[in-house]
Parts: sequence; structure tokens; C-alpha cells
Amino acid sequence: MDSIIEGFRKAFYLILNFDPEFLSIIVLSFKVSGTALIIATVLGLPIGALTGLKRFPGRGLIISLLNTFMGLPPVVVGLFLYLLLSRRGPLGFMALLYTPSAMIIAQSILAFPIVAALSHSAIKKIEPLIKQASLTLGATPFQVMITIIKEARYGIMSGVIAALGRVMAEVGAILIVGGNIAGYTRVMTTTIALETDKGNFELALALGIILLMLSFIINMFLYLIQKKGVVETAIWT
Amino acid sequence: MDLKLITSNIYKSYDGKPVLKDCSFSFDRSGTYVLTGPNGSGKSTFFRICGLLEDPDEGEVNYFSGVHILKRDIELRRRITLLLPKVGIFNTTVFKNTAYGLRIRGMKGPKIKEKVDKALEFVGLTHKKNQNALTLSSGETQRLGIARAMVIEPEIFFLDEPTASVDQENTEIIEDIILKMKKEERSIVVIATHDMAQAKRLADWLLLMKDGKIISSW
Repeated sequence: MDSIIEGFRKAFYLILNFDPEFLSIIVLSFKVSGTALIIATVLGLPIGALTGLKRFPGRGLIISLLNTFMGLPPVVVGLFLYLLLSRRGPLGFMALLYTPSAMIIAQSILAFPIVAALSHSAIKKIEPLIKQASLTLGATPFQVMITIIKEARYGIMSGVIAALGRVMAEVGAILIVGGNIAGYTRVMTTTIALETDKGNFELALALGIILLMLSFIINMFLYLIQKKGVVETAIWT
Repeated sequence: MDLKLITSNIYKSYDGKPVLKDCSFSFDRSGTYVLTGPNGSGKSTFFRICGLLEDPDEGEVNYFSGVHILKRDIELRRRITLLLPKVGIFNTTVFKNTAYGLRIRGMKGPKIKEKVDKALEFVGLTHKKNQNALTLSSGETQRLGIARAMVIEPEIFFLDEPTASVDQENTEIIEDIILKMKKEERSIVVIATHDMAQAKRLADWLLLMKDGKIISSW
């Protein structure tokens, strides 16, 4: 019990003193997850919009794949990416293994289906009424599309925040493709795993507290957005 | 106003079930046409086809300017509008909802404000112009739908069951708005209703639809 209390005491000391190693790990975590989220949103939102707005052959297959990939096990993503990026792999020449870029790719793969699938369902939910309204008021097809995406903004934001929650808390994939190189690829979750193994609980606990706070903030945003979405859905239906 | 609509021998079916059967009519004079008939007689399908939201399986829907048939393009769609029974409201203020049709036509600034204020006054929603439109009652939502359509000054305005889902008080308000429109506008207004008494109150010309066909007009 004393060691736990001592661990928390040292953890708060690290947090309150802005320990440089501690801060650099947090900054890298944000860089990796933030970049991955931007990539996933840039790729996922158009796919979500396309499947939500258009009917085309293969659409059902794409939606099923997106829904399946929402639950992709991170270690499996890490494993496949490792095989692709390792020196003997087809992308080995790019020398990306054990770099932040590999971690960003792994997290983008995990976040992409979440953004795409949740954008798809947000758009599909409001599509018929808003499409008809904008068409009857004289909107061009492009204006109709922009209007629908704008009206689905809260659902889309929910998807983006849910994806952020997933990648920030993820450890399996980035540990495999990023390693855990101090000052280079060490992020919050991998540091917690490593320091716990070593028995250095103070840094692990400090990062754990930060992760929990982030998780709480992300979930608060998600709750507020979903609450707003629920109110709107109730009014629309 | 020189826009006219002539529909000829329209057939439409869904899942093999015929909804419109050889439906023909010409809307060629300014005034209010009221299409009445029992629920399921094909009024809404006819409106959706006339409003260019759907294509008929057979037959022709032709808009004329003078003697010229107009192409079914964005220019034509911007000269007509259709108010559906379930109004799709944008998640923004009443003012911005009303301004939508003007903004997508590239209008800006004080001109929008002038037109929107006038339309909201016409339907009695001036006091709610800064309120989120999703918080309006069903009657107010229908009135917003009318204002949003009126502001773009359509030459042909279809209203499909505008009072079907509203209370008696709002029904009277909406009927008053339509009667005011009749006095002020010189466009063609086409209303669908299953309420024969309402049809008689509003119509210059009454059309009776039964089993997917307009069977009489007077």
C-alpha cells in the first residue's frame, strides 16, 4: 500500500514540476495521434459521405468492411504493418519501422474506419429530409452535398472524437511498429507498459493520470455532442 | 410569370404496385389549384413528379415558357418549389433557414435581410427569427417551410398536405397565409389536401384525384 501511495506522490511531483521527459512523451503522443486523426478524417469523411449520399455497386460491401474494421484488434494491425515495413517486407525500402511515421500509419488505420463508418451513419440518418428540402429550394447537387454534411456535423464530430479516444489509448499496434525508443517513439501508452514492466511506477502513474484525464475530457465532449445529436434526432423524427 | 406545367399520361408504380395511372393535367393559369382525393390516391406521388423530385415511369412532365419546353435543369428547378408534408429543417436559426434559398442563389447582405424579414412577417414568425428552427412546433415548422419557399418567389409553388400534421389553430393560420398569398401573388399555387372542406375554402380550381388519376376538375 505504501509503495502505491509513494508512487502517486512521485507521479504528482512529475506532473507539477513539468518534468522534461514526461512532457516530451505527452507532446509526442499528441503529435502521433493528432496527425493520425487528421489523416483518418481526411480519408474517412469523403468515404463516409460517399457511402451515405450515393448508391453504387459495392456500397454495401464497403459499409460492411468499415463496420468490421471498426473493431480491428490493434496488435493485428501492428503485426501486418510490421510485416509490410520490416526490412524484408515489400515496403522495407522506406525504412519506416520504429519511427513515429510508422506509428502514425498504424493509428490512421485504426481511426479511419471509425471516422468513415460513423460519418456514414450520421449522414444517412439525416440525408432524405435534408436532401429533399435543399433540392426543392433549388440547390445544385454540390450544394445539396455540402448542406447534408453540414447538417450531419455533430454525428461526424462524434466519430472523430471516438476515433481520437481509440488512438490515444491504443498500445498494441504502436508498440510493435514504433518500438519504445526513448525520446523518439516513446508515447504515453507504451511508456506505461514499459515502466510497469520495469517496476518504475511513478512515471507510469503520472502518464496514467494524464491519460485518464484526457479520456474523461474526450468522453465529456462525446457525451455533449451525442446529447445534442439525440435532441436533434428526436426533433427530426 | 409565364411558366406553365403540362403533365400527360403519367404512370408511376412502386414495387409493381401502380400509384399513378394515365394522369394528365395542365397548370397554365395563375391562381390556386387544389388537388383533393382520399389518402393513397396518388396526390403526393403526382406532386413529387411535378416538383421534379422523381421521374414518371411513363408519360411526360413538361414545363413551358411561352411555347418553349424547358429543360429539366437547375434553372427550371429554381423557378418552382415543393413543400413536403414533412419539412426538412436545417439545424440553424429560423432566419438562416429562410435565407437558404437566397444564399444558394448567390444573394448576399441587406437584400437577403429585407426579403427574409418580409417573408417571416408574412407567416407570423418574425418574433422567432433568431430561434433555432428545430425547436419550433409542427405548425410553426410548416409556416417556416412556407416562408422559406415564398422568399425565393417561385412561379409554381406546390404544397403537399400543408396542414396534415398541425393543430386546428395552426391550420387556420396556414389557410390564412395561403389566402393572403392568393391576393398578393400572381403565381401558380397547387395544394394537395384530403380535406374537401379545406379544398373548397382555398381553391380557384378544384381537381379530384382517385386511384392514381385526376378524374375531374371544376
